[in-house]
Amino acid sequence: MSQTMRLAGGRIDRATTLSFAFDGRLYRGHPGDTLASALLANGVRLMGRSFKYHRPRGPLSAGSEEPNALVELRSGARREPNTRATVAELFEGLVATSQNRWPSLAVDALSVNDRLSSFLTAGFYYKTFMWPKAFWEKLYEPAIRRAAGLGRLSGEADPDVYDKGFLHCDLLVIGAGPAGLAAALTAGRAGARVILADEDFLPGGRLNAETITLDDAPARAWVEATLAELASLGNVRLMTRTTIYGAFDHGIFGALERVTDHLAQPRPGTPRQILWRIYAKRSLLCAGATERPIAFENNDRPGIMLAGALRAYANRWAVAAARDVAVFTNNDDGHRTARDLAAAGIRVAAVIDSREDAPDTPGVPLFRSAVVTGSRGRLGLKAITVRTAGGRTEEIACGALGVSGGWNPNLQLTCHQRGRPRWDDALATFVPVGGPSGLAVAGAAAGIFSTHGALRGGAAGARAALADLGIAASLPALPRAEDAPVRIAPLWQVKGKGRAWLDQQNDVTVKDVTLAHQENFRAIEHLKRYTTLGMATDQGKTANIPAIAVMAELTGKPIAEVGTTIYRPPYTPVSLGALAGRSRGAEFRPRRLTPSHHWAEGQGAVFVEVGNWMRAQWFPRPGETHWRQSVDREVLATRQAVGICDVTTLGKIDVQGTNAAAFLDRLYCNGMAKLAVGRVRYGLMLREDGMVKDDGTVARLAEDHFVVTTTTANAIAVFRHMEFCRQCLWPGLDVQLISTTDAWAQFSVAGPKSRALLERIVDPAFDLSNEAFPYMACGGVTVCGGLRARLFRISFSGELAYEIAVPARYGDGLIRALMAAGEDLGVTPYGTETLGVLRIEKGHPAGNELNGQTTAANLGLGKMVSSAKDAIGTVLSRREGLNGPDDIRLVGLKPLSPADVIVNGAHLMTEGSPVDAAHDQGWVTSSCHSPHVGHAIGLGFLKRGDRRTGEIVRVVNPLAGTDIRAQVVAPCFVDPEGVRLRG
Amino acid sequence: MAEALAPLTVFGKTEARLDRIGALSIAERPDIALASLAARRERLTSLEAAAPAVLGTALPGVSRVAGGTIRAFWTGPAQWLVEAPYDTHEDLAAVLKQNLGGDASITEQSDGWCAFDIEGDATIALLERLCAADTRAMTPGDVLRTTIEHMGCFLICEQAGHAFRLWTARSSALSLHHALTTVAAALP
Amino acid sequence: MLIPHPLLGPRDAQEFTYLGDAALIDRPDGLAADAAERFFDYGYLRDNPPGEHRELWFHEQGDRSWLVVTRNITTHEIVRVELARDVALARGRGR
Repeated sequence: MSQTMRLAGGRIDRATTLSFAFDGRLYRGHPGDTLASALLANGVRLMGRSFKYHRPRGPLSAGSEEPNALVELRSGARREPNTRATVAELFEGLVATSQNRWPSLAVDALSVNDRLSSFLTAGFYYKTFMWPKAFWEKLYEPAIRRAAGLGRLSGEADPDVYDKGFLHCDLLVIGAGPAGLAAALTAGRAGARVILADEDFLPGGRLNAETITLDDAPARAWVEATLAELASLGNVRLMTRTTIYGAFDHGIFGALERVTDHLAQPRPGTPRQILWRIYAKRSLLCAGATERPIAFENNDRPGIMLAGALRAYANRWAVAAARDVAVFTNNDDGHRTARDLAAAGIRVAAVIDSREDAPDTPGVPLFRSAVVTGSRGRLGLKAITVRTAGGRTEEIACGALGVSGGWNPNLQLTCHQRGRPRWDDALATFVPVGGPSGLAVAGAAAGIFSTHGALRGGAAGARAALADLGIAASLPALPRAEDAPVRIAPLWQVKGKGRAWLDQQNDVTVKDVTLAHQENFRAIEHLKRYTTLGMATDQGKTANIPAIAVMAELTGKPIAEVGTTIYRPPYTPVSLGALAGRSRGAEFRPRRLTPSHHWAEGQGAVFVEVGNWMRAQWFPRPGETHWRQSVDREVLATRQAVGICDVTTLGKIDVQGTNAAAFLDRLYCNGMAKLAVGRVRYGLMLREDGMVKDDGTVARLAEDHFVVTTTTANAIAVFRHMEFCRQCLWPGLDVQLISTTDAWAQFSVAGPKSRALLERIVDPAFDLSNEAFPYMACGGVTVCGGLRARLFRISFSGELAYEIAVPARYGDGLIRALMAAGEDLGVTPYGTETLGVLRIEKGHPAGNELNGQTTAANLGLGKMVSSAKDAIGTVLSRREGLNGPDDIRLVGLKPLSPADVIVNGAHLMTEGSPVDAAHDQGWVTSSCHSPHVGHAIGLGFLKRGDRRTGEIVRVVNPLAGTDIRAQVVAPCFVDPEGVRLRG
Repeated sequence: MAEALAPLTVFGKTEARLDRIGALSIAERPDIALASLAARRERLTSLEAAAPAVLGTALPGVSRVAGGTIRAFWTGPAQWLVEAPYDTHEDLAAVLKQNLGGDASITEQSDGWCAFDIEGDATIALLERLCAADTRAMTPGDVLRTTIEHMGCFLICEQAGHAFRLWTARSSALSLHHALTTVAAALP
Repeated sequence: MLIPHPLLGPRDAQEFTYLGDAALIDRPDGLAADAAERFFDYGYLRDNPPGEHRELWFHEQGDRSWLVVTRNITTHEIVRVELARDVALARGRGR
């Protein structure tokens, strides 16, 4: 038998039949169904187990507020846990599995938790699993995690892609029900840029779920005519399957569009979902309202639903949740459910209305001043017990019960900027107050519950919003619609002995709230944390207000005073995949490639990420099996012949202007004002607090033109700092800055044969002799027959060395030309590892030493800080705390036993002293094997290091259990006199 | 003397890259020279007076593009980037320096940036998946700086709703191109 | 947030980098006799009032202007935005 509970009519496409599976059984449904409606049509009410007690559960709602009917949708890597069956669109071949049960949904071993419920009340794990302490991690937590919880992750990489996007509009209309459609129509006709977003796949909102008429015709006719007109307007963008999940500052909204969730799998390449950032000048919240239940004993059985949901299933999806139904209400809207169900041919066994003045529905037995006190049916509702006005208890057989405790405006977005809603006694609900600037509310979201009010409110809201923007709009002719007043008498719970659920997803009952009250967790935010009320994936959309009301009753305070918890984004869950967008895996961040990248790839280079840059780390040669072999070879080749390294990644900033020299003189702690044209100087940049910020070279190309370099890692921060100095500190200086990092391909050419090599590349007109182009010279040259280039005679390695730059497009050509020209000289390309070894051997500080916590004095560069001028950081570099007698100084470290290895991070200890923090003398910052000296070497900071040369210290690494002895030496292992680099 | 060096595109090729994806074309433009122009302090007025001789028109105002064969677009207060055909203006920075050097700081930028011309009916649909700019509202001659997948770009509107030029940093141009082409392929 | 840039109009705060209190413009004279004292105040003492706050933002992914943004830090309302350069010149930092 198939779809035994299907009624006539509905908004489904009966011409097409879809097959789907739930827990391995095959069923049929139609396009337009949700998984929940299709299962109900097939007579399946049991769809899940609750979080803590493993109670059998069916859908409570027919929308995104669903707490119970959560399933794992799809299979394999696409398996998505905790998917709400009430919003999952049915597609051919859909596979869903129930969750949080074993071995099956009907027979669940952990439903024993339900019997143990008296031990599992709010806060039970705080109280129960405290001792012994070690048991928490090993025993309690894993056991609790296995028992509690919902769906399982697939554990596999998500095979789908997610996009991001950005949209701009005059008016964002949130929700395409009667208010939203009227608003979009008003604004669309006025020519404004409009976005109309709705979480549903079928626009129309509550009009899809009702039998009401507009202008005496079915509401659908007006909805369709309106949608057709909106589609014809180029200025209106209708976004279905799109949830506005957050309202951020200044009219920015987050939206999640489920582009292909309704397909078995996305078309290749197309995104599964798009996370939109919407910039809206004005916005109108027309998100409707959510019905709330009434708590009574065992009110969570499959078959007990919100009355409006029962009605929606019948009207929109042509599904009867059961053959015999009852309705329990405290307001007139519940009676609408009874009328609609009766009209659809479902037997309405009774309407139980807690009010004395409940209206009559012809042909339906009515219990006035009566309440439902309990229910029966292990895996699905069989009967309810009713306490009548006279106090009699009566059992009424029914397979479904529609419960209506009233409706709550969906005002969450008005609270995302700390808006606090106001309690309205007449409506017995919270209504929005204020909200983010530029956002107004219309329709049921504003507490206007009639269709007439929604239509008019939407249109008026749109007109007012546009008037604010100076766009005139006229109100469209709107259809006649019902305008029933709200008649409600608040009823939150029916007191009884058993458990009555408030938050069905997190299994929070009235008893838990009572316990929280007893234990003084009475503030609403404390109640939430103590009981986990509203903290499940549904964020308590059906639970919060009743729980607030119960707490109000317990404390004797009016609900208005208890208030709500703060609603925060997201309104409904947003997958991490959507938040990540395309920033994952290799696309996590942009990759910057050096001009020699393609060439280096061809050389088989091993690459390393340095910030966003991909740099060659070393260049293995055939036969080399360990990176050290390659690096040792590259180091020795550079020291003995010539090596080439792509140093394009260093930040290059062009500094021009008549005051450029004065500007740089204030920026660097050492003097720059008198740097001669055609000369380079090492520059040390401090932060204003006296710590070293960055270092680099300053080259003066002309009287009013410098190019300065920064470390690769700090390029962006240094540029920002320089602009700060230029614009905020010294706006009177004539100086202009621009980054030229990418414009020039720059190579370091280092080693005793570097001049010989460059003389073959640089055009003969340029004299590279030591006299004509000495150490620290710079200037424009041409290479390879006229190509403009820049040459700097600077050295990071301590060797005779140059850096040569050509426009980036010629970088590939230049490295190839250098390699070809230097073949007989033994030219060797080297990577960042060799770069590191060369600079450690020479004792140049780099990132490990310039860690933001070291001063020029610490680095042994204290004399560079000029006291004759006012540069950034000079004053505070002199402060007492940075100039103590015990200050650390950069030293070199040489192991006493040549076989010992020095490890970064190891601490330096005086011989004979205990190894503890109190006796700490410093630490190793950089270390490597030096092929030049033939053993490990290190750089480090040591207290009074400049006065301890020759001392033997212990190099202790308690993590690895090593403890070696090393001699303190000057931080320079190569050519301390600097003969080579000047040669 | 060493042989002349071969220039390569960001893709490591000698020919410019062209992708056609659905209704879109994405064309790499290595044939445009670029230089930055920044007015010296208190020389803006004389720079503005001298500029038309080079550009054929006045320097563009905030967020605008102006010029002919040599055209400039605004990048910041008293700052512009200047485009010209590379074949005839490889020395663009030198030419500008000669004409405007007294009033402005000029820096060669041809290889600091990489241009992609995006054209087709799906251009807006592509750009709205990539950057926060309100490209639908841009008219020809509008320019703004924006980010695409964390990469800074200049976006010039050449034809409203249909054709845009994107300038991006040369070193990350492949990542940008990857973003452009994969998203273009994902458009409905 | 949207920061109404004085030249470019509203721009997403994601394009900006935040630095801190606009008082950082008022860098003391490092050659003054009491420089140490004044730099201590400049470097470390900040008011942290609720309500309106003047702060420095850098339009890094835009026109590279430093801005002084007057912002209510409890409501995020932006009251006024100025080019920091203009503010600095007005405060006599021209030389």
